[in-house]
Order: sequence, then structure tokens, then C-alpha cells
Amino acid sequence: MSNRYARIGVQVVLLALVYGIVWALINAGVIDDYIQATMATICINIILAVSLNLITGFTGQFSLGHAGFMAIGAYTTALVTMEYPTTWGFLGGVFLGAILAAIVGFLIGLPTLRLRGDYLAIATLGMAEIIRILLLNFDFTNGAAGLSGIPSFVGWTWLFVFTVGTIVLISNFLHSSHGRASISIREDEIAAESVGINATRAKTLAFTVGAFFGAIAGGLYASYFYFIKPDLFGFLKSIDILVIVVLGGLGSLTGSIIAAILLALLQTFLQPFPELRMIIYSLALVMIMIFRPQGLMGSRELNLASLTRLTRRGRAAEGAS
Amino acid sequence: MKKTLTLLLAGALGLATFAGCSSDDAASSNTIKIGINYELSGPVATYGQASLDGIKMAMEEINAAGGIKGKKIELKEYDNKSEPAEATTLATKLMTSDKVVAVLGPATSGNFKATIPIATKDKVPVISGSATADDVTVDDKGVKEYAFRTCFNDSFQGNAMANFASKKLNKTKAVMIVDSSSDYSKGLAENFKKTFTANGGTIVGEEAYVTKDTEFNPILTRIKNQDFDVIYLPGYYNEAGKIIKQARALQITAPVLGGDGFDSPVLLEQAGASALNDVYFTNHYSSLDQDPKVVKFIADFKAKYNSEPNAFHALGYDTMKFLADAIGRASAVDGESIKTALAETKDFSAVTGTFSVDGNHNPVKAIVVIGLKDGQQATSEKIES
Repeated sequence: MSNRYARIGVQVVLLALVYGIVWALINAGVIDDYIQATMATICINIILAVSLNLITGFTGQFSLGHAGFMAIGAYTTALVTMEYPTTWGFLGGVFLGAILAAIVGFLIGLPTLRLRGDYLAIATLGMAEIIRILLLNFDFTNGAAGLSGIPSFVGWTWLFVFTVGTIVLISNFLHSSHGRASISIREDEIAAESVGINATRAKTLAFTVGAFFGAIAGGLYASYFYFIKPDLFGFLKSIDILVIVVLGGLGSLTGSIIAAILLALLQTFLQPFPELRMIIYSLALVMIMIFRPQGLMGSRELNLASLTRLTRRGRAAEGAS
Repeated sequence: MKKTLTLLLAGALGLATFAGCSSDDAASSNTIKIGINYELSGPVATYGQASLDGIKMAMEEINAAGGIKGKKIELKEYDNKSEPAEATTLATKLMTSDKVVAVLGPATSGNFKATIPIATKDKVPVISGSATADDVTVDDKGVKEYAFRTCFNDSFQGNAMANFASKKLNKTKAVMIVDSSSDYSKGLAENFKKTFTANGGTIVGEEAYVTKDTEFNPILTRIKNQDFDVIYLPGYYNEAGKIIKQARALQITAPVLGGDGFDSPVLLEQAGASALNDVYFTNHYSSLDQDPKVVKFIADFKAKYNSEPNAFHALGYDTMKFLADAIGRASAVDGESIKTALAETKDFSAVTGTFSVDGNHNPVKAIVVIGLKDGQQATSEKIES
């Protein structure tokens, strides 16, 4: 299909354009440090939400432990960059953290993914708490005080590379046979097994991949915000990520991306009203859930194909996954 | 083959447009802009709100007296939700978008530390009234040039209490009950131990709990059988109140010593008046102090807010006055000159004691040991550093 290559070509050009425009705006001083910090939050949240969506939205495994993987990534990156404050040290730390998290995800996933629904949620929650308590009690993580003065290597380039990389890889994963197997498990685990899909294997794979990318987000966080402590990666952080995923739509990558951007913008615009901020924020969440219980995007995706259909036919694109 | 990248593009483009309309920074020349980056919501909101009340009171006094160098102070207030990442983002916003000359806050050590790299990068001083961790202003890489505080640090507090225990109370055998989930508690305990043993005392037992625990009888029963004459309990009012109450119920009558974490009405609510006897804690200031400056501060505060000021109110007030004093002496109103003036502060007269800034950007000041009798502050003793 030459059509397919054309589409990939258009996407690459568009991506390069976005990267270039933002880069130019930063250098021209139009995008100041504050907007960059907001963009960093958005990018990190996108990576977290997309990777959790793979586990919860596409594979249907309700996980409350994503903050735990983020913590592993954040602490590994912080410790490695403090030891080797170079770009290579930073990249090494991020990938080392991601691999560690993937190993932990695999080891935890094997036994716990036999559980379903609420039971799995509690098991993953327990895992994240164990990670947090370990970080609190180890000497090399500096306990409750956390690590401060982490050298920063994250700029727009790395944010862009890691965010786009995560989305592309997870999107490709979902369109591979492994991804299809994951989706079939979400739809009906027994039916999936009866056509020969190894459910435990597929679930563990999705969980491990999700953990890998969750830790990358943690690494970016540690490097961008200079300071981490175990409290940051508590139960509520996992919930925050889950809120983005559910709000965007379980099973929609673009939904997660839109939700991450919308929530960050909402938080930013509400910043001058500390008394009202949490009320308006929570109200917005309640309203969206009442009027769009399936999330902003449901399980649909917004992409080039649906956009062209939209303009050609002049009506909303059909479910295009 | 489906790709989902376009939306990211749309989002990023949207951001870029959003960037285009950032506010103009026409710095009005007749005000001095100062950033407020405090915990106004979230778990430690009481600290941030109390500090801000003190800051506002000081600001009104300064403006009523004609401002600094003929210019009024204008506060740019933001809430960091008690989160370090938010504190970092807001520090960036204050320094680059709002163009403030200095930032006050955050109140807690962790959040404050998260803003220091930004301060160093943008060359704008940050001052906290209550970040007490030792490594806030100085670490093994040296002094953090743009970070200042108006409170003493944790090690000073632990040392002072150890000296009080061995020299004033003549105690030699101490038990420590430490919150193992709090670096504040651990820091105080470590320094208490160091000084107490150097003074010839011994630590006969160490027990640990974690924040949010409510049942302390197992720890206290273990302690009860040991031979000791004083308890050091560096922790926050919630757990400390419960521990004191349960200890007194078990007939443990030894004096209980603590840190500035005891300074809250909640301690009395949790422990009950009858349990709060023979309890001493180190603090930044005491409302019993007869110093005219303190008396005036308390009277003014009551007139304005209709409540008793606590240490955070006093420290917030001092932080604003400390900054105003430095701006008054600075050669120009910019971050660099203010930083130099802050570091050169000598014998600055504050509500929480007269202090000078030392080479590590710590204030050299007296500490107060407050004694409780039936839950009320009954004695206060100043210990000079």
C-alpha cells in the first residue's frame, strides 16, 4: 500500500514541523520558561497516561500501581545523573530505570495478573506502596527528605523525542499481533484463550511494556523538576494518572493525549484562584463523567485517516481503530 | 495502519498559540514586585496560609510607612498545592513572567529546595520562613547563593534541646521516639543524640513510628520497663499529642521534650490539658516574651486577624521585613543586588529574635524553649546560639 507510506511521510513531516516551530518559538523567547514547564508536565502526563492506557484501557487490567513504576524511573535517573552529570548519564539513567521497572513489572505481573478486577487493583496498589516504603527507608535514596539538586538535562528536544517515541512505539505495539491479543483479552478473556491466545503471557507483556514507559516518564520528571521524594509517588499519583486515562477514554491513545493537555491547561488557568481551584477541577471531572461516561474519545482515535474522512464527508469519523 | 500522532501535533500547535498571548510585562516603575509561592491548599496548607497572613501584615505596615525607597510593595500570590513540581513551575512563572525581584516561600523544606535551582538560574533570591532542614541553604557542593531563611535549622534545634535536657533539667538517660517517615524528625533526633552523649548522657532506647499512626501502646510499654529519666519526641503535633496522652495514661511521668512541630493548638486537642505537664519544646518565638517588639506584634496581629499568632505567623512577618530591610540597603532593586544585601544582613531586629546572616545563609539567632503546664505555655527560656 503506497497510501500507507504516504501517510507515514505526512506524519513525519508534520512532526518535524511541530518540533521546529516550537523550537523556534523557544529560541525567539515567545515560549518562556513557565510555558516550557507546563509543556513538560503535559508531556510527562501524556507518557504516563498512554502507558497506563495500554494496561488498563487496551488490555483491560485495572492497575493502581503506575506511580510505583514512575518512582523507579525517577529515582534511578536521579541517582545515575547525580553520579554522572552528562547527557549520556541522563539517557543511561532513564533507560536503566525503564529496564528495572520492566523487570519489576514482569516479576509482579506474573503472579498478580492471574487476579482480575478489584483484586488486581489492590495487588498493584500494594506493589506501588511497597516501592514507596522501600524508597523511604533506603539510605541511598535519602529517605523521606528525597533527592534534591538533580542535574537537569531535559529540554524541549528530549521531551519531544520521548513523548513521540512512546506514542509511536505503543501505537505500533497495539497494531501488532501482541497488541491484538491484548485487546481480545479485554473484550473476552475466555473467548481469547479458546482461540489459542496465551492470556497470562499477553497480559504480562502489556504490563511490562507499560511499566517500561511509566518509568521513562518518571525519569523525565526527576530531571526536569530537580527534586523528588517518596511522597510524590503515593497512591494519589496513581489515581491522577488513572483520571487522565478514564477522562480521555479507556482504549483511546489520542483520548489520553487530549485529556493530559486539557487537564494541564485547566490547572494552569485556575492557578490564580487557589480557593476555587480544586472545586472547579473536581466539578469539571464530574460533569465530563456525567455527560461523557465513556470518556472524551470513548475508544475511538483521532488521526490522519479520520481527519481526511471528516473533511471529505463533512461528518464525524466513525470508530477508526 | 493507524497512527495517532496528529493530535499530539494539534495539541503542541495549540500550546504554541497559547504561548503567543502571554501577558505583557510592563513593569510599573512605582511598585516593587515580590512573589508569593506558598502552600495555600493541600496537606500543609496551614503553614502556607499562616506564613502568608504574617507576610501581608508586614507588607501593609511597610506600605503604610511609605514603602521601600519610595516604592510600594506589590505581592504576586500563587498556590503551589503543597507539591514540589508545582513549586518549581510557580518559581519559574514568578521569575520569568511576573519579573519579581524576590520570592517568598515555600514553607516546607522539600518544596523550598525544589525552587532553588530556578532561583540560581534566574538570579532571583528565594527566602523561606520555615524551611528548617540543614541542607536547604548549604550542601556538600557549597552555599546555595540565592537561598535564604529566617528560621534556625534542625541541627541547631536538636543541639539546643540536648543542652537544655542535660544542663537545665540535669537528665542523663534519654529515650527517643522518632517518626521514621519524616526527615525532620530523624534530623532532630540525630543531633539531639550527638550533643546529649557529648554532654555525658546516654540514649537508653530508640523507638520508631510513622506519620498517621494512632496506637502507640506497644512502643510505650517497651519503654516503660527501661531505666530512663527523659523522653525526646521530635515529631509533629498530631502524633506527638497522642503519644503524650497514651504515655501519661501508662504512668510514664518523665519529662517529654520536642521541637517546633509541637507548636499547634492541635497538640492540646490530642493530648488533653492534664497530660501536658512537664512538656518542653524548642520554638522560634514565645508569646510570653516581654520584648516590646513581640508584644507589639501580638497586639497588632490580634487587632488585624482576631486570633493568637503562632510561630509561622511570626516567621512570615519576619521574612517580609527581612527582605524589605535588604531591598532598602541594596544598591539597586534587582535580584543580584538584593541577594548581596540579604547576605550582608547584620543584627536585624525581628520578632523571632535579633539575627545576623552567617556564611551558610543561616540566621544566627536565639532559640526559645517553651514549657507547658496543663496545656498552656507557662515558661519560656531563651538560649543564645
